[in-house]
Amino acid sequence: MKRTTIDLWVGIFVAIGIAAVTFLSLKVANLTPQSAEASYPLYAEFDNIGGLKVKAPVKSSGVVVGRVASIELDTQRYLAKVTLSLDKRYQFSRDTSAEILTSGLLGEQYIGLVQGGDPDNLKPGERIDLTSSALVLEQLIGKFMLNFAEKGPAKEGSPAGSSGAQ
Amino acid sequence: MFETLTAPLRHLGHVTINAIWRLGFASRFLAAILLQSGQSFRRLNLTIREVYFAGVLSLIIIVVSGLFVGMVLGLQGYNTLSRFGSADALGALVALSLLRELGPVLAALLFASRSGSAMTAEIGLMKATEQLDAMSVMAVNPIARVVAPRFWAGVISMPVLAALFNVTGIFGGYFVGVQLIGLDEGTFWSQMQNSVDLHNDVINGLIKSLFFGIAVTLIAVFEGYDATPTAAGVSSATTRTVVTSALVILALDFVLTAFMF
Amino acid sequence: MSQDDSFIEFRQVSFGYNDRPVLKDINLRIPRGKLVAIMGGSGSGKTTLLRLISGQYRAQRGEVLVDGQNVATMNARELHAHRRRMGMLFQFGALFTDLSVHDNVAFPLREHTQLPESMIADLVTMKLNAVGLRGTQALMPAELSGGMARRVALARAIALDPEIMLYDEPFTGLDPISLGVIALLIKKLNDALGTSAVMVTHDVHKSLEIVDHVYFVANGSIVAEGTPDQVRASDSPWVHQFVHGEADGPVHFAYPAQRSLADDLGLSGVRHV
Repeated sequence: MKRTTIDLWVGIFVAIGIAAVTFLSLKVANLTPQSAEASYPLYAEFDNIGGLKVKAPVKSSGVVVGRVASIELDTQRYLAKVTLSLDKRYQFSRDTSAEILTSGLLGEQYIGLVQGGDPDNLKPGERIDLTSSALVLEQLIGKFMLNFAEKGPAKEGSPAGSSGAQ
Repeated sequence: MFETLTAPLRHLGHVTINAIWRLGFASRFLAAILLQSGQSFRRLNLTIREVYFAGVLSLIIIVVSGLFVGMVLGLQGYNTLSRFGSADALGALVALSLLRELGPVLAALLFASRSGSAMTAEIGLMKATEQLDAMSVMAVNPIARVVAPRFWAGVISMPVLAALFNVTGIFGGYFVGVQLIGLDEGTFWSQMQNSVDLHNDVINGLIKSLFFGIAVTLIAVFEGYDATPTAAGVSSATTRTVVTSALVILALDFVLTAFMF
Repeated sequence: MSQDDSFIEFRQVSFGYNDRPVLKDINLRIPRGKLVAIMGGSGSGKTTLLRLISGQYRAQRGEVLVDGQNVATMNARELHAHRRRMGMLFQFGALFTDLSVHDNVAFPLREHTQLPESMIADLVTMKLNAVGLRGTQALMPAELSGGMARRVALARAIALDPEIMLYDEPFTGLDPISLGVIALLIKKLNDALGTSAVMVTHDVHKSLEIVDHVYFVANGSIVAEGTPDQVRASDSPWVHQFVHGEADGPVHFAYPAQRSLADDLGLSGVRHV
């Protein structure tokens, strides 16, 4: 008779444990595009990725559409090669552009995708050709100071140019 | 004169040798538990009974402590984060600190002082009152019948309790952050979901607590089994369980964190 | 006693903890079906003797033969088989405090047999009836008096109808009535079950009433032996001291101190001045 009460309690205990883990995985962590089946890879090359980290979000119009899967240095051309893992539901055209953005002034960095006009979509494993690098604050200030010192033709070069890291 | 100078040195050597000797004995004891574990699973009601004592009876203390720890995290986190204008990240802060560190570590410390000490006292008293001897003379192995079910009950209970601690802690943080301070509920949860990773944070935290469960329960049953069979012996064994468990939990936490994150 | 019918036999057995010898060259025989008492003061090594039979300790020299098998060299499986035919009553009963009386007595039955619960319940009732405690099944050990706990422990020890019974100080801490009850039960059960039994005790008078043979142990050796009648008539100083409870005798009252009392009190120097 006593044993059944204990069994009941232990049953409740185990159920609470399962519920807690489920809560942690569904509500606290994001169990969304993690599995390989629901996502596809794309890659993009950047001159400078700034403070971008693996698992940083990939957003389009502010919506998270995937995550950064890996970051490595291409030792042939010395460019950062970033692999993105995107949700299968979201397809992008071949002339999509990728840029590294910062959320807020000092927030984390993420990749923003801007859809282009090409009717064909990027296939898994293809490269996003149009990229713009991270804004590196020091370089930005350096350029501004330079322009300020020269004073003359103020419209020399826009600081957000794609090959600003030379 | 020389005698008084060398005495502390000799004492230190004695303590060290004793510690190493106990470590060896504890390892052999763990091997014996694993070898004798068949019965714990074949006669599941033995283990279930111990899960009741080790796990179910710890629910209250885990829930209450988890809630308060989460609420404190909410308050302190809000104070610090709002200085940098990022109070929105409170959900992430609360969840990450709990999942990665505070949940497993605090739950294990509470478990050691609530259930670990009880296990030591129980086994120590069984030894002092010759119950373990009586069992082995009846051709029943006390490690299989008494120690192994308790060991497995502890190993099973610990991750469950840690997960529960995390959940109640997050609700504590939610209560303070959203209900009291008035942060946006949606931001709280979405910031949390954006920064918490299932594998890195949730699963690794639970793996930590599994290791803590093994360590704490092993220490508890070992200290009980190794206790000097007197009232004073059992009480000092109980104290040792709590102290050793706390040290081992914190040291192990450092090692595991270094490996995992 | 006859030489050939010994069921338990010690041959030149020595045992010590670390380097402190406890038993030295013990020889003794316990015949089949007899109740034998081992008597001696506290710390004389008599409980160690019992543990050598149960296999909790292994003799360092000599042989402890039980039914022709040496306990000192048994492997785990042989020891298991040996213990299944043995029952032991511990000093204070050693009942499992987290189990009820019923579960305590049922413990060896559940561990070693596959009997259905209904049959176990019947057996438990019978064993408890044998010790006069039928109806206490639902009680917990904490609710029992010392004498009742000892009787429940006895019922548990005989649950599997052992061939060997070991009693470790069965009379310690009991009131005279409970003591008489336990002594009677030990005698009755031994006669009824035909077990060979060893009883370690320092209660002389009650033991002499029920046992068949007595060994006296002092300082790790056997100093005297005989039937109860021989013991009562014995003129051995050991036996005399023990039976009559004299404070000083062959077993010294004083701890063998290294220095004289005068030295300890710092008087020896004074005398010389």
